[in-house]
Amino acid sequence: MDAPSASAIVQLEGVRKSFGAVRALAGVDLDVRAGECLGLVGHNGAGKSTLMQVLAGTLAADEGRLVVAGDDITASAGVAAARAHGVVCVFQELSLCPNLTVAENARVMHRAFRGFGWRKRAGAAMAAMLDDIFPRHGIDPADVVADLSIARRQMVEIARAFLVTDEPLRLVILDEPTSSLDQVVAEQLMAFVRRFVARGGSVILISHLLGEILATSDRVVVMKDGRVVETRPARDFTRDSLVAAMGSVAAREDEKRAAAAQPAGEVVVEARPARQADGRSLRARRGEIVGLAGLAGHGQTDLLVRINAAAQGREPHARVAGAVAFVAGDRQSDGVFPLWSIAENITIRSLGGLRRFGLIDPAAEARMAEEWRQRIAIRTPDMGNGILSLSGGNQQKALFARALASDAGIVLMDDPMRGVDVGTKQEVYGMIRAEAARGRTFLWYTTEFDELRHCDRVYVFRAGAIVAELAANEITEERVLQSSFAEEAA
Amino acid sequence: MNALMPSPRLVRAALPALSLAALLVAIWFVQPRAISYFGFNLMLNLAMPIAFATIAQLCVITVNDLDLSIGAFVSFVACVGATWLNATPLLGVAVLLGAVVVYALVGALIHLRNLPSIVVTLGMSFFWLGCSVLLLPSPGGSAPAWLAALVKVRTPLVPFAILVSAALALVVHVGLMRSAWGAILRGAGGNPVAVARAGWSLLRTKVTMFALAGFFGVLSGLSLVGLTTSADANIAIRYTLLSIAGVILGGGEFVGGRVSPVGAVLGAMTLTLAGSLLSFLRISPDWQIGAQGAILIVVLALRALVNRLERRR
Repeated sequence: MDAPSASAIVQLEGVRKSFGAVRALAGVDLDVRAGECLGLVGHNGAGKSTLMQVLAGTLAADEGRLVVAGDDITASAGVAAARAHGVVCVFQELSLCPNLTVAENARVMHRAFRGFGWRKRAGAAMAAMLDDIFPRHGIDPADVVADLSIARRQMVEIARAFLVTDEPLRLVILDEPTSSLDQVVAEQLMAFVRRFVARGGSVILISHLLGEILATSDRVVVMKDGRVVETRPARDFTRDSLVAAMGSVAAREDEKRAAAAQPAGEVVVEARPARQADGRSLRARRGEIVGLAGLAGHGQTDLLVRINAAAQGREPHARVAGAVAFVAGDRQSDGVFPLWSIAENITIRSLGGLRRFGLIDPAAEARMAEEWRQRIAIRTPDMGNGILSLSGGNQQKALFARALASDAGIVLMDDPMRGVDVGTKQEVYGMIRAEAARGRTFLWYTTEFDELRHCDRVYVFRAGAIVAELAANEITEERVLQSSFAEEAA
Repeated sequence: MNALMPSPRLVRAALPALSLAALLVAIWFVQPRAISYFGFNLMLNLAMPIAFATIAQLCVITVNDLDLSIGAFVSFVACVGATWLNATPLLGVAVLLGAVVVYALVGALIHLRNLPSIVVTLGMSFFWLGCSVLLLPSPGGSAPAWLAALVKVRTPLVPFAILVSAALALVVHVGLMRSAWGAILRGAGGNPVAVARAGWSLLRTKVTMFALAGFFGVLSGLSLVGLTTSADANIAIRYTLLSIAGVILGGGEFVGGRVSPVGAVLGAMTLTLAGSLLSFLRISPDWQIGAQGAILIVVLALRALVNRLERRR
């Protein structure tokens, strides 16, 4: 590690953070200097957002030191300590209260707005800041946030972060600040960031628009697998060298699979993302495994949901031939029925075929559950036990069994391997390949690059639309990263 | 934006007042003599406790919870008012203060254990009912003379109940909608994560709102027992649903911290007057509850229409 410069506003040393078995930060060292804009890039799960949450005090680090403006605040870390030392974060998901006005939202963040006339003062301060950053913004401080467009909400949120009241303002963290701003407004923001930095403030800028990062930042930090892997002045990076630093291109070239004999089956799914401007659409043939790649939250899940709705005849913009099963990624919220047994969780999708005289046939249900216990090796003494008695990986297997046991010829998978251990993953990959060989079609959204190697074809998504289609022999991490990160605002 | 169309927000805010006005016109049409000082005094007498109970419910709904115990609680307060408060005032006041503290603790429990408020407050409703039955096994008791005199004050020009309701609406509006602290309390209903990230304690907001609900519940029970002069363990059971209906009628939403104190008080008056109108129409009491439900459905249907208008913009 290089010696911390005298002007460092924030220093992080050896910061580690784990969520259960998942290690989000594996010892991060980072320093931010006064009067610089630090660009931060990395692929999904590189740990960017976790790191920023630690900095802003909304998450406590497991290990490591956090020094802000010369004070070691490791022990007292928290939102209050971060704010008192002048660190403010604009989070990726909007954190405004939609039921409050713009001025009231300023009050939520800035305690100084109280007492007689607070509303007027907060409104005037917000109006001035908005005028400064986004000329001709068209926002009235008395507007209720719920009535504003998503872009204007983001503008309000950014302006609120840059307000200075009774606390100092040293560092503003912008996490994907331009994700819903158009090009003109995004440029206004970047120009303001440069002005703010010139006045001695510091900014950490996280963005998937590499052009924006390279043009605005003084230094760029690349994160990968919970570590900082590169720190260099922005002028030493090009778009290509930045992409190369994010991936691990060299290591895995040898594993590249030869293009499998393309099954020339008929097209069973055809769908167009809602925000697709050109003529591209997603097509999947019988027996194919089609990957949906790109950064998290760029429209992949939306498209899967559309295809699922189309199978039930509720979506005119997608065409689906055959029954569809959905494997949810977020097990707890839309995967398992937590109060039901393992057997009931597996058979729910197939109850239509397990009926006798219009009622569920318990014997047939038990047979199906037992068959799938053996086929996919769910580790439990009794399929009648509650689903929550299983480990996360085995719960996910049960959800796969639900889809595979059904009559569905098309299986939609919404990043289903989150938080699943390596052994289980390998078993499930094998199952997917075997089922595909038997003629099932899989649409597989994944945020893990390694999983794309199992796909016959991959569509890369950006900003809600398909930006690239890669055949099996073209699937490399570099290609996917190149397409995921746009040069300019889309 | 269309300049000719009133903004949906305005329509939404005006809807409670328009419903009340429509109801008044209907009453005037059916029974012109009711539109007088004396008539309003009679018709709106009971609006006072209902308005207090509605504001209590509004406090809880602001932080995305629902209080199914407010009716039983108001009954309990009325029973305390008709017994201990009259016989041993000190004990009575202490019990009422203790009841407000219990309300605050319920709020803390719901937040700390992350329990569904519906379940907890449903349980609490049986607790309050049990306390009331222990205190007053059969209807009876008598309210303190000062309380009865207070709620029956004859004010010049405008009946007392209307003045109290107006003052209540104004005070809560200033406290919740205009003050700096009110913004935090409503924000906790709109986006709790954001409020917590800004460094505010969600526990404190929830305890505050439940304590306020308890406080307004006490005012509701006392004004009720002052009017009826005697009490009964089941005297205000129907306030639970009336108060929820009042808040929603007044432009509030069940979740998201969108509430309107002025609207809620107007909603409470609308519900009270609806009963009078149905009596004037000689609809038998058996059908009145159903008819009240029908009025509610009509108003809520109008609300849904306004919401659709908002979304279309």
